[in-house]
Amino acid sequence: MTAKNTIYINGLGNVSPQKTADNNRFLDEVSRVESNRLACFEPNYRDFISPDILRRMGRLIKMGIASSRICLEDAGCRMPDAIITGTGLGCMEDTEKFLATLIRNKEELLTPTSFIQSTHNTVSAQIALLLKCHNYNFTYVHRGWSFESALIDSMIQLKNGRSVTVLAGGMDELTNGSFEISRRLGLWRRKPVDTFGLFSHPAKGSIAGEGSAFFLLSSVPSHQPYAILDNILTFSLSNHNKLLPSALSSFLERSGTTIGEIDLVVCGMNGDTSSARHDKELTGLFLNSGIAAWKHLSGEYMTSSSFGLWLASMIMKHQVVPEAAVVRSMGDRPIRTILMYNHYLNLNHSFILIRKP
Amino acid sequence: MGNRVVITGYGIISSIGINAAEVLQSLTEGISGIGGITRFKTIHKGKLPLAEVKKSDEELLELFGLTGKKKNYTRTSLLGIAAASQAVLMAGIKPGQKHRTGFISANTVGGMDRTEDFYPLFLENPSKGKLSGVINHDCGDSTDKIAGFLEIDDFITTISTACSSSANAIMLGAEMIKAGMLDRVVAGGTDAVTRFTLNGFNTLMILDKEGCRPFDENRAGLTIGEGSAFLVLEAEETALKEGKTIAGLLSGYGNANDAYHQTASSPDGIGAGLAMAKAIEMSGVVPGNISYINAHGTGTQNNDLSEGIAIQRLFGDNVPPFSSTKPYTGHTLGAAAAIEAVISLLSISHNCIFPNLRWITPMKELFIRPVACLQRDAGVEHVLSNSFGFGGNNSSLLFSKYKPL
Repeated sequence: MTAKNTIYINGLGNVSPQKTADNNRFLDEVSRVESNRLACFEPNYRDFISPDILRRMGRLIKMGIASSRICLEDAGCRMPDAIITGTGLGCMEDTEKFLATLIRNKEELLTPTSFIQSTHNTVSAQIALLLKCHNYNFTYVHRGWSFESALIDSMIQLKNGRSVTVLAGGMDELTNGSFEISRRLGLWRRKPVDTFGLFSHPAKGSIAGEGSAFFLLSSVPSHQPYAILDNILTFSLSNHNKLLPSALSSFLERSGTTIGEIDLVVCGMNGDTSSARHDKELTGLFLNSGIAAWKHLSGEYMTSSSFGLWLASMIMKHQVVPEAAVVRSMGDRPIRTILMYNHYLNLNHSFILIRKP
Repeated sequence: MGNRVVITGYGIISSIGINAAEVLQSLTEGISGIGGITRFKTIHKGKLPLAEVKKSDEELLELFGLTGKKKNYTRTSLLGIAAASQAVLMAGIKPGQKHRTGFISANTVGGMDRTEDFYPLFLENPSKGKLSGVINHDCGDSTDKIAGFLEIDDFITTISTACSSSANAIMLGAEMIKAGMLDRVVAGGTDAVTRFTLNGFNTLMILDKEGCRPFDENRAGLTIGEGSAFLVLEAEETALKEGKTIAGLLSGYGNANDAYHQTASSPDGIGAGLAMAKAIEMSGVVPGNISYINAHGTGTQNNDLSEGIAIQRLFGDNVPPFSSTKPYTGHTLGAAAAIEAVISLLSISHNCIFPNLRWITPMKELFIRPVACLQRDAGVEHVLSNSFGFGGNNSSLLFSKYKPL
């Protein structure tokens, strides 16, 4: 993408398995558990949603609305010019509910609520509805690239000038059903593990997670923006001509930077031996940079890169890597450029580059 | 934004034909694809109609040389491969060419056709149910399968905004070309009929037992269909340099949100009006010069009234001829906008306006009437195609006859 105008991250909102919903706190108290699945610390939704509509609302929608509200308030934005979301599986709870009732009731006596809420665009639609926002509204649903696609579209809308502010987010929820199916598929550790030992004790599978993180992106900086969203790339390594180092060097070149300028790599390592080679290969290229990770805090899910970008943005603003996220310390080096790398099931790889404003 | 985006190929499969030639023949001869339910077991069989593609999964596999791979391909993927492979063939896109090519698809329920079969056993016992029946559940699966079949991997994504999904896929494709990120994009959508969607729409009581009758006073709902369509979008400059035949110009597009209700459209059609106005404004076409509107026209009480009011407000005394082609194809949900994009291009290239089948009685609330009979030599230059979805996700695409600058 050509860098014509600068894109600022002016606000954040994050509902996650950590206490991230309060933007005045930055992982000062960390949840470390013995489990193979993590669930969100959910805020009091009554602070964000009126009780009459809250009652019927699916959980992912509530998470999405709360995190988007926190984000808009953080950025001081009332009406974004676009709402763009990414979700790997959408509203799973409602999808499962409608499907189960359909099967159990043999297609009779069904009610529409869970069907209505099962569509993948429900979160961005509900945000628009509550804001009365008639602007551009998109939902991306492509596996480990769902959130990245939302960011790419956001950057297009900001660079072509059709939007000055974009509310962009990534969200997925973990249900008992989706956990069980993905566990049987071998995605998760067989037994509960100490989440903080995820990287030091690699084994088959990761830990399942969920969350919803929003970002207010704008071509105009707020008085204290978190970071500049500089560049993003989605790529796959299935094609034999494409190797991680060459994907990285062309990405950095197009972003006008070099390996030496990357102060910190925020890496989507997930403790799964079947994908660990990517993390090793990538971090091995950055001998002098710090390394941070997030999936022991958020768990693995299709849009966990939204948690990763939240972490990277907070690190940039506070100029500190919280103890809980450190994989390799960077000493006293000031943080000007952060490279985020993520991968999902060896299918979807991505780079995101952010800079200090 | 500098570069214009042109269409150099398209492909379609729907209940009225498995390629563009068959679809055109059905459209001109007034043959509807709506019929009984054969695809799956359901208590609605014999009571509710569907617009099914008249090919089994096995026949589709054989047609596209995928026999033996059935396990990996959902019907959503197979329909997508059928349409997208026609589109790339028409545009002369082959693997190994040095252009940066993207694949952007859209759907609403992904591999739900398989998940429905997996789920009963799983519900009884979470350790039961063959996992091969559920690994294709997510919306990205069919996109990866189709892109893999076409050997496209420079950029891949999937959009799901309910019934406007594939309009947004086409829109993103155009935006990425204009931004210089890709040289060409195969963009569209695919959706298969499922018990999930059939029962879902049935709970909302918006399925017409007699088959959909858009813009008719006695309309009683929509008819679900299945199918897929893809367009090949290219920068005009690239297409011209290679001497490609240009099927049309994507002259405008608009996306807006109705922000009124999760499923219902606003009484004044605010989102619909905004989407159409944005598309027209981008194109620079004078509203009075729009030759034809391929309406969303689902056949529900709510949509047709809301859309009709928005059209009347936007065009005033000068409403272009309009029709809904859903009485032919059914409402193909995530594929609908792409299917209607191909129909719009056929309207331009064959210079005719396809009728709103099954329309008899004018709506009391509207002064406008849909086109009821095929119009040939209709002087079709600009076609506006509407797609509106749940969640108020409204999109309009404007296609124009290609003229070099």
